[in-house]
Amino acid sequence: MSTKRETDFLADVDLSREKLLNRLFYGTLVVASLFGLVMLILLLADVLWESVQAMTTFDIDLVQFLTSTSSSRAERAGFGASILASLWLMALTAVLAFFIAVGCAIYLVEFAPENRVTRLIEANLANLAGVPSIVYGLLVLALIVNDAGLGSVILAGAIALALLIVPIIIVAAIESIRAVPSSVRDGSYAMGATKWQTIRRVVLPQAMPGILTGTILALARAIGETAPLIMVGTMLHATRYPSGPLSSFSAMPTQIYNWTYQADRMFNGLAALGIVVLLVFLIVLYALAGYLRRRYETDGGSISNV
Amino acid sequence: MSTETQSGSEISGDDSLEAAHETNRRIRRLFFACAAVTVVTTVAIFLVLFDNAASYFFGARISEVLLAGEAVERTVGFVEFFTGTRWAPDHSTPAHGVLPIVWGTLAITIGAGLVSIPIGTATALYLSEYASTGTRNRLKPILEVLAGIPTIVYGYFAVSFVTPVLVDGIATYLVNPVGRGLDSVSHLAPGLLEPVATWMMGVGVGRYSMLAGIIVVGTMTIPMVSSISEDAMQAVPDELRNGAYALGATKYQVSIRIVLPAAVSGIFASYILALSRAIGETMAVTLAAGFNATLTANPFDEIMTMTAYLVSMARGTSAVGTVEYQSLFAVGLLLFLMTLAMNLLNDRLKRRFQEEYR
Repeated sequence: MSTKRETDFLADVDLSREKLLNRLFYGTLVVASLFGLVMLILLLADVLWESVQAMTTFDIDLVQFLTSTSSSRAERAGFGASILASLWLMALTAVLAFFIAVGCAIYLVEFAPENRVTRLIEANLANLAGVPSIVYGLLVLALIVNDAGLGSVILAGAIALALLIVPIIIVAAIESIRAVPSSVRDGSYAMGATKWQTIRRVVLPQAMPGILTGTILALARAIGETAPLIMVGTMLHATRYPSGPLSSFSAMPTQIYNWTYQADRMFNGLAALGIVVLLVFLIVLYALAGYLRRRYETDGGSISNV
Repeated sequence: MSTETQSGSEISGDDSLEAAHETNRRIRRLFFACAAVTVVTTVAIFLVLFDNAASYFFGARISEVLLAGEAVERTVGFVEFFTGTRWAPDHSTPAHGVLPIVWGTLAITIGAGLVSIPIGTATALYLSEYASTGTRNRLKPILEVLAGIPTIVYGYFAVSFVTPVLVDGIATYLVNPVGRGLDSVSHLAPGLLEPVATWMMGVGVGRYSMLAGIIVVGTMTIPMVSSISEDAMQAVPDELRNGAYALGATKYQVSIRIVLPAAVSGIFASYILALSRAIGETMAVTLAAGFNATLTANPFDEIMTMTAYLVSMARGTSAVGTVEYQSLFAVGLLLFLMTLAMNLLNDRLKRRFQEEYR
């Protein structure tokens, strides 16, 4: 009797079909998950392969490539001026973006009242993070390069990149300032410290590793950005070393773009080499951010030390 | 003793307290100014784009009309702009129909979505429901590297690998299945599928194609879909899964019928984000899809997106005040409004999914 009821119970379930369906579904998911991985490997392998090819077929001297300026003749073209321009851009961008972003984050976490203005600022941040980077380039082109008459200089590029990464740093800074426990703040107030003293001497030092990690990651994003710099108006070839914030330039990504765009195979090879240099910069930045985060995590566990 | 009273009076003294309050107020104002900069940026983007775009349509910038009282003469009509099918503001016989480049942008966006949405969702399901913790912790950051690679590198990848191998290769195969590998289609012996291929491809695949743009933009937006969708799926409470398992559901049924519907607003938010990135994507589509503004449904054709137009104009560094220069801002404004709409939608969906399981 009981066995009969059990078979009745399972009668409408075709177990082998269900099993097959499950297995097919699982297989599909695994294949789909591998797609991204395969593309990533293909991309990296392609860039490395092309750059090795370029070095052997065109006999490129690596030292000369890394130190000389670019040229409209492929045999003479180097990446040095672009590397220097990118370093200038990063330094200026970091200075411009850091203080505004951290100031905004402190305001939102520590001072902002719960009202309409605050909600507007917060909603606007989410929106700014979604504005295409090329639009920042357009803004700086019209407002600073042409209306203010600054011209297509490194400073203009840095302003565009800074506007682009401010929202990213703000989000990271807000997170790490919020992560500072309120008990620590209360302790500081109990000692008679004012709000500003508490922020400066207690909250910021604890939040700083997180803020710096966010800033470095944002700079990693900025260093690879091409579109805003092209809008601002970079040189076609970085034929001169930039002498300061007010000199014209072609940064690493824009130089890579110009080389990729050329029909000449040797220029394409130079672009691959340039990409390798750019990726090395990125890896260094990511490693730095990772190191900071790890150190912060081991320290962060021992808040009782403070 | 005397120092003690000194410091004691300093702490409670009205003057120093007042000074401390004053400092706090100043600091607060300073930080508020920092926060205001972000709002000013948005307003500036809108005003600058609008002001310059106005000169494209009305012959003078709004600020010039207000300040100097310049004469207003229409240069480009709205009807031509929004309905014209030829886009060539820099041509000797100029045409100002924005449709071809809007179509180019939409084609890349839709195509990239067709790549990244199914693959990203499947990846998220695998990471959330099937993968072990170790696999997930390893695979997720690796996939996020895809989003961290500069888009110019994807552009290079499209030029040096995707177009010659995938796009050209597929086309070659269509024309001649016995195949001559990676040669260009134009000089091939006729093959079995030649009629199909020529119908689909016209003259054959050149250096640029819509398909190459779709492949690279789709690939780079996978982590936006997979990461955010996975977060949304993780937020689905285990009670729901366990309830389904208790009723005899299989893992497939739990994934499709429980997890997906429960996480749907977060998953949709990730789709919108990925599509919004694809709209604004610049370097990869410029290098992969090209500069030919045509209304075509053929994936092997060269097309031009709005961003690619901006780049091609900026490369020529057209002089301030010319129609070409002004057209940058008309297109930029349209692009900004399109992404703004997507962002607002994304924001709304994200908020809904965060509130669902609190």
